[in-house]
Amino acid sequence: MADVKSLIGTKNKKGQTFTDTWTMMHEAPRTPSFYTGSEVIKEALRRASCDVMIAYPITPQSEAAALIGELFAEGYIGDYFRGESEFAVMSQCAGAAFGGARVFTTTAGPGTMRAMENFPMWAGARLPIQMIVTCRGINSPLSIQPDTIEIAYLLNTGMLVWHAETAQDFFDWILKGYMVSEEPDVHLPLALCCDGFFVTHTKDVVNLTPADMCLPPYDPYRSPVPCMDMECPPVRMMRDPFIMKSNYISYATHASWQQEIWAAVERSRKHSIKWLNGLIDTENTDAEIVIVASGTAVSQSREAIRLLEDEGVRCGLVKVKTLRPWPEEEIRDATKNAKHIFVPEFNVIGWLAKEIRATVPNPQRVHAGPHVCGGMTMPPEIIVQEIKTVLGMKTFSMAGRGS
Amino acid sequence: MSDYRVLPGPEHFLPPAAASMGIRLPNPGEAHINGVIVSEEKAYEEAAKQFLMAKVPTLFPGPLVLWAWNENAAKKATAIRHLYNTLKECVQPGQKPMLIPMPDYRPKYPKINPEVEINPNHPNLTIWHNKIDCCMFIGVHCHQANLSLKIIRGGTSCYTIAMCAQAGHEDAMLSFRDASVEKIMKLADWVRKLKGTVQPRLTSAKSGASN
Repeated sequence: MADVKSLIGTKNKKGQTFTDTWTMMHEAPRTPSFYTGSEVIKEALRRASCDVMIAYPITPQSEAAALIGELFAEGYIGDYFRGESEFAVMSQCAGAAFGGARVFTTTAGPGTMRAMENFPMWAGARLPIQMIVTCRGINSPLSIQPDTIEIAYLLNTGMLVWHAETAQDFFDWILKGYMVSEEPDVHLPLALCCDGFFVTHTKDVVNLTPADMCLPPYDPYRSPVPCMDMECPPVRMMRDPFIMKSNYISYATHASWQQEIWAAVERSRKHSIKWLNGLIDTENTDAEIVIVASGTAVSQSREAIRLLEDEGVRCGLVKVKTLRPWPEEEIRDATKNAKHIFVPEFNVIGWLAKEIRATVPNPQRVHAGPHVCGGMTMPPEIIVQEIKTVLGMKTFSMAGRGS
Repeated sequence: MSDYRVLPGPEHFLPPAAASMGIRLPNPGEAHINGVIVSEEKAYEEAAKQFLMAKVPTLFPGPLVLWAWNENAAKKATAIRHLYNTLKECVQPGQKPMLIPMPDYRPKYPKINPEVEINPNHPNLTIWHNKIDCCMFIGVHCHQANLSLKIIRGGTSCYTIAMCAQAGHEDAMLSFRDASVEKIMKLADWVRKLKGTVQPRLTSAKSGASN
């Protein structure tokens, strides 16, 4: 295989130019476009030099899988097919990645849960698959509405987990995500999450990179594990899994293997900081009240902060971009002046608040809420109400329509 | 910066991955010694010293350089052979350089032959059997090298060096990155340069069979 760097500046079969990713993302001109989040996923994939996309179409949660099918028809994706179920899709993704392909898929809600067994397998096999998670409810009665509870289940799989706020984040992070997860010292799958519907179905202005530029192709020989190239050695050195043996060495190897996965998550920190310009974004963190949020809860928090400013209450904001790697030091530093830390979330269990409580000193400062779930919206007013209640300020009830 | 240092073991029943203890990999042009970032020049000197101090300095070439699967792999293999020959020329009586391959990553059952190979799932057996007190991994896939390096640090007192073709290894006591034919040859040059200036250790690895 040709050195990937030597391909930069050459054209692919669609006439796109393989472009240095930093140049493409930071220096190339951008065109404002008005797209839904699902359309943005398609546009990012058009530029991603993706070899294989496998779909279990999850319309109505997201049209992305179907839209990427159009890309395949246009010749932008190497191969594209439908699996029998979400579990099959994720297993097929593994096969494609084992063979050295750049792989992409999408999922949401119950489908994510059905496929769950595959995610620690992907991480353990060091497969840099990218999976878009357009989060929705998972419990019965089923819902196709946004709810971020499924992220809680992904946090301990060994995958990288990022949480996009906007369609612009989504476009940029799909492309940058491959750059982080394909680093040989990382080489882990990435779950790139967004809040379904709010990001996937609503339209927003997104600044797109030129459509005639695309990422350099994936180089499977920069992998920390052997690529399954059946024609060239080194090949097929992973059979006889040690897990099938019962002795001290088997256990010690498996333990070290698990540690290595989490070491790789740690190593992703440096690359994520470079590509995302930090694991968190902050505003006014010298304030005594700080809101820490991820996903579209960040957008709602911004509006709540504006409303509070009108009432003379100054609030800071921390936008958490990566959940794995977890920005422990960054959050500790950003909240060091806070007397109160509020964590609004689109799920019933408050997984982000639990993570933050385990991270910051004096965790009694952390107020887990407000929470909405099951597809409810989060009006900024309920964030304002939560904060004012804790501060002992007078608030109006937002609970009922009646008296 | 982390206070943790990557030192010869035996460290623990299950030692942590150095990355989880805050040890960071070197950037291009750098190396690390014990988890502290240093210049490549300093790392060449220290690696050569460790080889010349060791009673059984050993090279562990892996699959990426054991087969001529591309032109560069064959050149690296030749350079590794040159490094091994240089070691043999430069050590003093009583020192015994070895070249033991890691041909693949399958666990060896019912029993590995530690005289002829090393395996990432139980590398300590080869270290113990041959009383290896300094070793260098080269041409081993990073994931498997990290498993080996950590298990060796956990259960033996062997000094570990990694000549990595990618980003380096925190779990080694000394690691180069972006390994090339030139870097291997340069290490051989440093071994030759320090010949006769380093006092060999009188004892070999403390743990396992040598305990």
